[in-house]
Amino acid sequence: MKRSKIKLETKANSSLNNKTGPWRTHKPITDYAACIGCSLCAKICPESCIAMEIRTDSPRLKPVTDYDYCKGCALCARECPVKAIRMEEDIAA
Amino acid sequence: MNRPPKKFLSPGHNACAGCGQLVAVQAVMRGLDEDTIIANATGCLEVTTTAYPQSAWGLPWIHSLFENAASVASGIKAALKQKKDGKTKVLVQGGDGGTYDIGLGLISGMWERGENILYVCYDTEAYSNTGIQASGATPYGASTTTTPKGSESIGSTQAKKDMLAIALAHGLKYAAQSTAGYPDDITNKVKRALDVDGPSYLQILSPCIPGWQINNDEAVFMGKLAVETALYPLLEYKDGILNASSITGSFRAKPVAEYLKKQGRFKNLSEEDLKHIQSLADANLKRYRL
Ligand SMILES: Cc1ncc(C[n+]2csc(CCOP(=O)(O)OP(=O)(O)O)c2C)c(N)n1
Ligand code: SF4
Ligand code: SF4
Ligand code: SF4
Ligand SMILES: [Mg+2]
Repeated sequence: MKRSKIKLETKANSSLNNKTGPWRTHKPITDYAACIGCSLCAKICPESCIAMEIRTDSPRLKPVTDYDYCKGCALCARECPVKAIRMEEDIAA
Repeated sequence: MNRPPKKFLSPGHNACAGCGQLVAVQAVMRGLDEDTIIANATGCLEVTTTAYPQSAWGLPWIHSLFENAASVASGIKAALKQKKDGKTKVLVQGGDGGTYDIGLGLISGMWERGENILYVCYDTEAYSNTGIQASGATPYGASTTTTPKGSESIGSTQAKKDMLAIALAHGLKYAAQSTAGYPDDITNKVKRALDVDGPSYLQILSPCIPGWQINNDEAVFMGKLAVETALYPLLEYKDGILNASSITGSFRAKPVAEYLKKQGRFKNLSEEDLKHIQSLADANLKRYRL
């Protein structure tokens, strides 16, 4: 009997192929004028899909959300200390 | 060319939107460096991060069975010793079911052997991945699918097992507790645990959206309330001695009802039940006051 071989290894970080953005019904929108760059949203996002980056409008690190993966849980909006993130209905996704 | 730093846990995993366990895991990952091997028990973390043929992990990561993650870690440690590698760290991750119940004997063995391994338990207070069955970590009054609330039942009537005390009874050099409400506390505790030469244990309360019947945006909030009500204080023991606690003389605990009434799993509690759970929080205040 011929045995089929099962590949037991997989590529590191290959879940990036699984774009979870379409799970979302509501989309977090960051108001960069209000944001104080505390990075709390980036720390708590369960998807780790918020990166703190330098944008052109501020010398401070500001959060940039990767909508390819954001599931729209609204944790970031709920916990932001200055309420700089609002959730909008996301029909496109 | 500067390549972006590799993520130890990538997006694209399949955990529920807003999962408190994944909030906690991200904080644990920030406490690690590249020289780390992870052994994972069966459970939501393992299932949602490794949908074959993909993996969310950016560190060497192995899953064998539900009950044996601690033993797999011991094997990894032995192999590293054979290779004279004293630098690579070994981390075990398991849920409360895998830790409090099914893996307990093998965890005990790992601790007996005194191996330099960090064990992290993500405590969702139930077997979340299989549909919220009660575990040894399920608290009094919580409705689960094996302890359902109903006209004749409030939910679980058993007490939550004191796993931190079980860890301490093994003479661990480092044992601590945190919640998903305090990501920096988690990261700091991981770093301090790894600094210890010997077995260490970190238990993290990880609010579960369907298990606790809470909203998608409430996991961090519930993690904070668990601490603020003194039901799940932030604790740290070094060499068996309570080194730091969120409960101090100046701590003003919120009533436990504030935490319980926001969760569907506690919807069937009578005033008497609330009083009982308040007495558990009051006992914590006495026990852990520094
Ligand atoms: C020996 C064995 N028994 C039962 C199962 C089924 N099972 C898989 S995951 C799981 C629940 C895990 O619960 P927990 O350890 O608390 O992790 P969580 O999913 O809550 O994160 C169970 C019962 C199994 N895989 N192996
Ligand atoms: S809504 Fe949830 S998944 Fe999306 S960026 Fe905010 S925390 Fe992350
Ligand atoms: S939590 Fe709010 S203030 Fe802090 S970085 Fe995120 S958006 Fe900015
Ligand atoms: S069932 Fe609970 S622990 Fe499992 S992925 Fe969903 S929220 Fe997280
Ligand atoms: Mg669990």
